[in-house]
Amino acid sequence: MTRVLEVNSVKKHFGGVKAVDGVSFHVDEGEILGLIGPNGCGKSTLFNCILGQLTPTEGTVTLDGKPITGLYPAQLNRLGVSRTFQLLQVFPNLSVRENLILAGQEHKGTMLQRLFGPRDAGLTVDADRMIAFFKLEHLADQKAGGLSYGQQKLLDAAMAFMAGPRLVLLDEPAGGVNLTMLENLKERLQAINRELGATFVVIEHNMDFVMSLCSRVVVMAEGKVLAEGTPAAVRANPAVIEAYLGH
Amino acid sequence: MSRKLNTDLLIILIAVPILWFAPSGLKSYGLYVVSLWLVMSIAAMGLNLTLGYAGLTSLAQGAFLGIGAYATAILTVKAGWPLPAAFLVSTGLSFLVGVVLGFPALRVKHHYLAFVTLAFSVVVFLVARNEQWLTGGVYGLANIPRPVLFGTDLGGGLAFYRTVLVVTLALTLVMWWLLHSPWGRAFQALRENPLRAASLGVDIRAYTLLAFAIGSAFGGAAGSLYAPLVEFIDPAPFALSASFVLLLTVVAGGAGSFFGPFVGAFFSYMLPELLRATGGWYLIIYAAVVLVLVMVSPTGLLGLIDRWRDHQSQRRAAAIRAAARPTLASADKPTLENQGAAP
Repeated sequence: MTRVLEVNSVKKHFGGVKAVDGVSFHVDEGEILGLIGPNGCGKSTLFNCILGQLTPTEGTVTLDGKPITGLYPAQLNRLGVSRTFQLLQVFPNLSVRENLILAGQEHKGTMLQRLFGPRDAGLTVDADRMIAFFKLEHLADQKAGGLSYGQQKLLDAAMAFMAGPRLVLLDEPAGGVNLTMLENLKERLQAINRELGATFVVIEHNMDFVMSLCSRVVVMAEGKVLAEGTPAAVRANPAVIEAYLGH
Repeated sequence: MSRKLNTDLLIILIAVPILWFAPSGLKSYGLYVVSLWLVMSIAAMGLNLTLGYAGLTSLAQGAFLGIGAYATAILTVKAGWPLPAAFLVSTGLSFLVGVVLGFPALRVKHHYLAFVTLAFSVVVFLVARNEQWLTGGVYGLANIPRPVLFGTDLGGGLAFYRTVLVVTLALTLVMWWLLHSPWGRAFQALRENPLRAASLGVDIRAYTLLAFAIGSAFGGAAGSLYAPLVEFIDPAPFALSASFVLLLTVVAGGAGSFFGPFVGAFFSYMLPELLRATGGWYLIIYAAVVLVLVMVSPTGLLGLIDRWRDHQSQRRAAAIRAAARPTLASADKPTLENQGAAP
């Protein structure tokens, strides 16, 4: 199986605070990996190190065997790494369709080609397909800022898939989403994983969501990897129960 | 989206013939005022790109007006260049200086960026005032020629006004093209959420520098028309206050609204002339109008229309939602492949 992402003993220290303290794991092609752990254990910091928002103090990150440590977020995105944020990040004054076109346009040609090329960078069809896929048809021309929280969450996820990414890192996709919407989201993520062969890493606190979505789970605590394995194995692990899940 | 595009072009199509013929009865002072309105609209259009669309606060547009005006004056008066060539060089020069001024914008935002650009404005003003060998200092540069194109003298009040109108039309179309291209979308993304934009592959650095450079180039182009319009320039019209008035122009017209600069420039540059009869009351009336505007509609005059339009489209969408609810609940789960078949 092809290894898409490999994280090798990554450390991120802020002064004396060891937010991430030597984390290693890997993600295989087509896998949905869960990353769980108590608040403040360094999950988001690790994401930011992988995604170029932060530079790791030590350690390396490779994508398909090539080092990507220290690349800028925009460069990483053009290499096929996409993400969502913990807090919702859509462009409120652009329409749903425009949000999606924006999410794909920087992958189309050079800057000059985009200036003189078609106004939608040839992405209206792709955007509308994504809108239909996430069942947002009736909102396509609405400004994203006018959508409900759950709908914006769906749009946020949809934007991460517009450029046909190789690897998608989702930071708490289920946070604040109601149960019906959650089922919709989970089922959409599984469908994309199946149909496009996209590989996911998902940070999440909703254990039911993680257990039913992910094939493998990495548990972090205090900046280190505490356990790793199938959802069932992790759930039964006494150290994980002690540090995170509770009795 | 496409409906809005056509509205913009339709407005241009209707406005240009009106603006071409309407002022033909005006005397030279009237023609000067409408020409000034168009020239300042160009400068405001540039600032609207930088501030309104890309969200980068700039207090330097008055300085770029000055750079364009002085470059044109020096090239035509001292070097004897024809005006069209001076216009192109002045615009290009402003673009390059704009790129340089864009670099601080990569580091600081909002009012800190305003301070940096404010400092730049002061420097440009001091150069214009103190470097007498180049700019004529406080005595300024006089006898700036008006254009002659293919043997036709475009120097008369009406002919020059129409020349300005043609240039304004051309630059408006350039701006329209730019804003409706993927670049325009990227500029707005830069304004709304640079972090998210970067994570979607938007090159923040390139677009920030471009937003500054293109906005500045429009300022320079306006300055290059301003110099032959007034035929004499000194440092005073390019002082810091000019940048403040241009900023106010963009905000009052509606930052991030396509025709906002024209509406704003009407307020800032034509209204004073219309209110001349009120004597010293003009500034008070102007201040009151801006104050009420900012309270009623922080998105400017044209923002009022946009808000009304959004309201309408939301009502329409709510109606569609209400009608579509039963079918949504019974819909099959769509896949990426079979979307073409969806109703």
